[in-house]
Amino acid sequence: MTRRKITNAVMFGLTGLCALLTISVLFFILGYLVYYGGRSLSWDFFTQLPAPPNEPGGGMANAIVGTGKLLLLTALIGVPIGFAAGVYLAEFGGRTFSSIVRYTADLLNGVPSIVIGIVAYALVVVPMKRFSLLAGAVALSIIVIPITIRTTEQFLRAVPHSLREAALALGARKWQTVATVVIPAAFRGVLTGTILGMARVAGETAPLLFTSFSNQFWNRGLDEPAATLPVMIFNYAISPYEEWRRQAWAAALVLLTLMLAANLAARLVLSPRGARHG
Amino acid sequence: MVDNLEIVREARPHAAAGPKLVVSGLNFYYGDKQVLHDISLAIPPNQITALIGPSGCGKSTFLRTLNRMHETIRNTRAEGQVLLDGEDIMAMDVVQLRRRVGMVFQRSNPFPKSIFDNVAYGLRVNGWMRKRPLAEAVEHSLRRAALWDEVKDLLHESAYKLSGGQQQRLCIARALAVDPEVLLLDEPCSALDPIATAKIEELMFSLKETCTLVIVTHNMQQAARVAEHTGFFLHGKLIEFNRTEVIFKRPRCKETEDYITGRFG
Repeated sequence: MTRRKITNAVMFGLTGLCALLTISVLFFILGYLVYYGGRSLSWDFFTQLPAPPNEPGGGMANAIVGTGKLLLLTALIGVPIGFAAGVYLAEFGGRTFSSIVRYTADLLNGVPSIVIGIVAYALVVVPMKRFSLLAGAVALSIIVIPITIRTTEQFLRAVPHSLREAALALGARKWQTVATVVIPAAFRGVLTGTILGMARVAGETAPLLFTSFSNQFWNRGLDEPAATLPVMIFNYAISPYEEWRRQAWAAALVLLTLMLAANLAARLVLSPRGARHG
Repeated sequence: MVDNLEIVREARPHAAAGPKLVVSGLNFYYGDKQVLHDISLAIPPNQITALIGPSGCGKSTFLRTLNRMHETIRNTRAEGQVLLDGEDIMAMDVVQLRRRVGMVFQRSNPFPKSIFDNVAYGLRVNGWMRKRPLAEAVEHSLRRAALWDEVKDLLHESAYKLSGGQQQRLCIARALAVDPEVLLLDEPCSALDPIATAKIEELMFSLKETCTLVIVTHNMQQAARVAEHTGFFLHGKLIEFNRTEVIFKRPRCKETEDYITGRFG
């Protein structure tokens, strides 16, 4: 009896400790970034172009805007494709073809992001003969598509069969049922999954190194290289200049804050309050 | 199997046409498993026909084949003939068929939309777009479902705000909006309290004028209360079909008698 009680207490303590460890990692990272990067955060950081080495001041305005443009373009390319494919899988797919697509999407999801960067390099950078924002967006789209496919499929499947039946019994065609009942009912979930998918690729660095590359100035078009926060962090963190390294910490803090905000937004979208009335 | 066409005519001599639905030799399979065996019966127009029987006897499956809802489930197959006003439903466009033969399900399944949008749904997918006629049709359907007075000020609220019984009547109103000739009800009251059940039964009586109703129920009192005709299903077979009072007072088959006297099921 006591032995069992002791075992219980020990196991309870161990699992609790691991749970605590998990959350403390996040807070440790946040604290560390605030400590090192907080000092370099200033108005200039958000409004100025990078300063040359060993010159004080300067900021990462171009990288912040660059990340924004890159993500927007990625969302425009990747999300519609992933969403449509997810709808197909959940609603229209035949068994064999669906399982092939599903399996391929899972494999694609597991491909290291640097490999995807190389693919985008070969597909876009080489023919265009230059690094470009577009190439970066293509790389990130390839990452986002399988995520979007799977979340879309998952949330569409979660829509109760009884709703589909109700629509079909009213004489709705299959595509009408999907478009007017199933997708609206799953919309919040799909949106949440999309936000989380975008938040995940927002921090991708490797696929951007030889696609969108980097830029000390403003990006002026889809066919030009662009500065982005992750690549800036990478370049600045390994630089020999004290000031740049501090700015890398600051950029990391900004990036992490953006991703946490996206996660929070996703949670709000999915919150049960008002969720029943789509 | 007692051929009931004669019974139908005898019950309603003034009925102009023949039966609304004629089923003959219907077999139904889930994969390799046969769940309906050679069902034949005729459903009279503008009356309520009840289908009773123990759980798993195939009565719901039978009901679903009448507007081909079984096709939404993979790996199902129906053989045999179902005629709607003499027209083979298996050869009809399924969407046309379902507009003529509506269905209300066991558990109310309103869309996560407003009350108005729920009722308007069937009309909108049929291409009704203009506001005035749509609003009039929605009001008319809600009145027919005896729900208008309760919801007329809540039309743009979520359908989920209604009580269970109101939701089920909303589902009936939604089905009525497309003006079906036949309304199939699959245990519509099984999740409802007696008061809500009484309201639905009252509603069914009022719908007979314009609709032919077929109700699956495992509540025998309900069948006795509402239906002119009752069919008794057991193990995928139609054991007996007759006027309700005959089924309940002088059943011809022993199984029917055993079931309605509560000896099993």
